[in-house]
Amino acid sequence: MNRKKKIDQIVRTAGLESQIGEAQTFGTMMRRMVRENKLAVISFGVIILFVLAAVFAPLLTPYTYDEMDLANRLAPPSAAHLLGTDEGGRDVFTRLLYGARVSLLIGIVPTLLSMAIGAALGILAGFAGGKTDTVIMRIADVMLAFPSILLAMVLMYMLGDGLINIFLTLSIVNWASVARVVRAETLRLKELEYVEAARVTGVSRSKILLRHILPNCIPTLIVLFTLNVPSSILTESGLSFLGLGVQPPAASWGLMVNQGRQYLYTAPWLSFAPCVAIMLTVLAFNFLGDGLRDVMDPHLQK
Amino acid sequence: MARTLLKRILQAIGVMLGVALILFIMLRIVPGNPVETLMGEHANQATVDRMTAELGLDQPILVQFFRYIGDAFRGEFGTSYSLGKPVSQLMAAAFGNTLKLTVAAVLFAWCLGIFCGVFAALRKDGIPDRLFMGFSLLGVSVPVFMVAMLLQYLFGYVLHWLPISGTDSWKGYILPAIALGWNSAGSIARLVRSTLLDVLQEDYIDTARAKGLGQMGVIWRHALRNTMLPVLTMMAMQFSGLLSGAVITETVFSINGIGRLAVQAISGRDIPLLQGTTLFATMVVIFGNLLADCLYSVLDPRIRKEAE
Repeated sequence: MNRKKKIDQIVRTAGLESQIGEAQTFGTMMRRMVRENKLAVISFGVIILFVLAAVFAPLLTPYTYDEMDLANRLAPPSAAHLLGTDEGGRDVFTRLLYGARVSLLIGIVPTLLSMAIGAALGILAGFAGGKTDTVIMRIADVMLAFPSILLAMVLMYMLGDGLINIFLTLSIVNWASVARVVRAETLRLKELEYVEAARVTGVSRSKILLRHILPNCIPTLIVLFTLNVPSSILTESGLSFLGLGVQPPAASWGLMVNQGRQYLYTAPWLSFAPCVAIMLTVLAFNFLGDGLRDVMDPHLQK
Repeated sequence: MARTLLKRILQAIGVMLGVALILFIMLRIVPGNPVETLMGEHANQATVDRMTAELGLDQPILVQFFRYIGDAFRGEFGTSYSLGKPVSQLMAAAFGNTLKLTVAAVLFAWCLGIFCGVFAALRKDGIPDRLFMGFSLLGVSVPVFMVAMLLQYLFGYVLHWLPISGTDSWKGYILPAIALGWNSAGSIARLVRSTLLDVLQEDYIDTARAKGLGQMGVIWRHALRNTMLPVLTMMAMQFSGLLSGAVITETVFSINGIGRLAVQAISGRDIPLLQGTTLFATMVVIFGNLLADCLYSVLDPRIRKEAE
């Protein structure tokens, strides 16, 4: 409290109130979002619900995800099988719950990885400038030129199957756009008075980076995270849909759509149930991302 | 103006070379000798060696790279392992289909996006506005294959209005174009709406109104023209996403395009075909972006002035 008083005093004496406005702590930002953007709050609830459903999948269903029941092949939705059964008589709802584990993991892990790579390179490029900046950003330009699904296909071909390789592939596909945004943010922050002041008073470069630039990039990073999770999920579902992503017996939503496609006309629920799950997840993350951007980061445009 | 353009063109060439280099490296570190994969397990060593020499795979990696760049410049991408034909020939046949699909998708996206955007802007905060904008967010969040399969199911299977797959007649392109253009239509609608709302505040709109021009005249002759620039830029930015979507759309509707060729290349472990299709598609994206940049500075006098 003492420190806050001191800061208030400095702000008053320097006549900076109008420039600072309302203090933007994390709490006030969240409260503003809850107040102004109901859709973002509902979306957050939906995401939590999906995560819980994925974690507690075994408790929510009497079936296992690979349990065959050949007498009950391609059964339409009923009380016993909420979303019907597939060509092996497996319960689609159960597979959807287990698929959520894979799909959500693929949404979150590569996004975190690509954010770490992208943020580090973006800050470095923006802060160092000169040759470092040119090299990093030209590489980013090259990566961004590829149509994402083709780049992912080539990478999966190069790395081979497996969950870890999907993580790597999606991280390599996504880091460049993160680097570009973080670099722009760093360039903006670098010119602000307090960074200038820190530099003039002889604070070391690494300390400026860690104490002044990085913490101020965090709102941008949170928004980027929320918006990149759905794009990872979509890219993976596209890959798995083409049969190039997650391989059976593991199940992701994209793979379920792929497997159900040959029964599209006899058992449409096989493909459309996971489609709807993908859509709801992506929609929820996009709404939440929009809401977070509105309260956290006025600089970041769509 | 000429100097900015020249700089932009040089930059694009740099990116193209970078793309070629990265692609080359990625496909060269794939484990396993491609010739052995190609000939199967029973080929004897002498045949494998002869094939390796024939394909130039025994040369130093740098020689291989420059030879590949040189060939690519002449439009040569080697011979497909799995289909036995020159990759350039396969791609030439496929590109026409991809081009038709993409152009049809862009046209659909423009028409629907602009219509919804204008309508929403005119009824700002009204029911149509909310409906269209909610719908467009849905459009952005739906995976391409879902739209494609829904259309197939509804218009192909249930209603029998349009062919489910194949491109024997122009009708075969309708559903694929809608599926591919759906995402773009959503984002164009949002952009047109917000730009139009900004433009309608401008003085020259008041002037046009003061001259006695009706609402529709103001929109079509003055306001909409000025919303086209951002839409154009966004289309250019989405071009690479459109080609990504084409890979999936072509697979769902069995259209023999570049994207489907790339998918076939993967299942056939066909490196020249994969390299060729990916390189070609990426070149098209870079070229498209360059073209949009040039168009942009030609169309917007303000940017032209600034550059001069």
